[in-house]
Amino acid sequence: MCGTCGCGQSEESVKILKPGEEEHSHNYTHAHDHEHETEKHTHDHKHSYMHSHQSDGAEHNHHHEKEHDQHDHSHQHLHGHDHHHHDGEDGCGDNCGCNHDHEHHDHDHPSHHHGHDHQHDHSHGRQLIIEEDALSKNKLTAERNRGYFEAKKLLALNLVSSPGSGKTSLLEKTIKALKGKTDIYVIEGDQQTMNDANRIDQAGAPVVQVNTGNGCHLDADMVIRALKKLDIKNEGILMIENVGNLVCPSLFDLGESKRVVIISVTEGDDKPLKYPTMFETSHICIINKTDLLPYVDFDVKQAKEYALRVNPNLIFFELSVKTGEGMEAWQEFLIEEGKRF
Amino acid sequence: MHEFSIAVSMVDIALEYADNSSATRVNNIELEIGELSGVVIDAMTFAMEAATKGTLLENARLNIVQVQARASCRSCSNEFKIENMFDACPKCGAYNPSIISGKELRVKSLNID
Repeated sequence: MCGTCGCGQSEESVKILKPGEEEHSHNYTHAHDHEHETEKHTHDHKHSYMHSHQSDGAEHNHHHEKEHDQHDHSHQHLHGHDHHHHDGEDGCGDNCGCNHDHEHHDHDHPSHHHGHDHQHDHSHGRQLIIEEDALSKNKLTAERNRGYFEAKKLLALNLVSSPGSGKTSLLEKTIKALKGKTDIYVIEGDQQTMNDANRIDQAGAPVVQVNTGNGCHLDADMVIRALKKLDIKNEGILMIENVGNLVCPSLFDLGESKRVVIISVTEGDDKPLKYPTMFETSHICIINKTDLLPYVDFDVKQAKEYALRVNPNLIFFELSVKTGEGMEAWQEFLIEEGKRF
Repeated sequence: MHEFSIAVSMVDIALEYADNSSATRVNNIELEIGELSGVVIDAMTFAMEAATKGTLLENARLNIVQVQARASCRSCSNEFKIENMFDACPKCGAYNPSIISGKELRVKSLNID
């Protein structure tokens, strides 16, 4: 739990840093970036509602006090299966005509009818239809990001992959190759360390590091926060290097123009079938470390076929960051795509 | 792994609606989780228990409705049940069906007092 505000955020909260700022980041209680407005927390809400039915008496005449002596409310009420409330007195009395064992249903509810079909939940209350997607908040922020990128004429790419496929190396090489041809900005995502941001800094591009702490993916809100530390002029390419993880980042739209999934030939050609969500939500697939093909059992044609099964619209680049093979096609693509803005 | 952050997000949505309706108690919360959403129901239940602690939802009954994964073939319009996104159409064998249902990750409703 967050020691500063008592919310559910872990102590090692998300940190956004530029190279050179790391000295200030070790004391977690300070660095607890308290921009909690946009983060999920629940301490704004009422805490006092334990299951002891402290009704305010206004709408329901619940008459609970006496019944509650036998009320063992220590069980977890929040569970998904049918729960039988208590063994205790059975029946509800004649008032409600329902057929469950439930001690405290001794109430008068003028307008209510237990006649509807329920296996005993408390649906005598008001029903609020919500139908809201759990990820709606991130989607909204992602669309705002998208608008910002369009206005700034920025080609924003979300680079996703397993850890170790070569994302950072690809960026280093790309930055050096495109120097003078187009501006490149980078947002780096890792659980810990400034290592990747420092490498990008050395390669010569403006960069901000997001450290997610225990987090397994970047989200749209982290991207906005990182963008505020980057001084972005109009036109150029924004490379967002996501946390190395082929599962979780697939659910989180960052507002990118294109999502680039990177696999290396050491990872097995059935990767796309094992992690279909990531491939389905990507636009470009880079197959890296082609220089190692003679030493591994990776069938490039098969890998592409599997990937196309999951997403027939994927565009492929086969390259080796190490030897430079195939890099020119990738770089030309970047320049061309950038021009579309 | 992200069940907890999704649970937190669901709880936030539910609490916002509950607050706007001046709820004094939440009796029941219903979630819709698709078979292809990537979320494991047991993990979600556990995550919800943790995410609702200390909130108005703490003792609410949790209902998780699992939504079946169904797809429509882009080649022959056949509708069928799917288990994976890369299943082929059982009628004509084409891949990459259009997914009709199964990816839901929604707070469906609340029952409040």
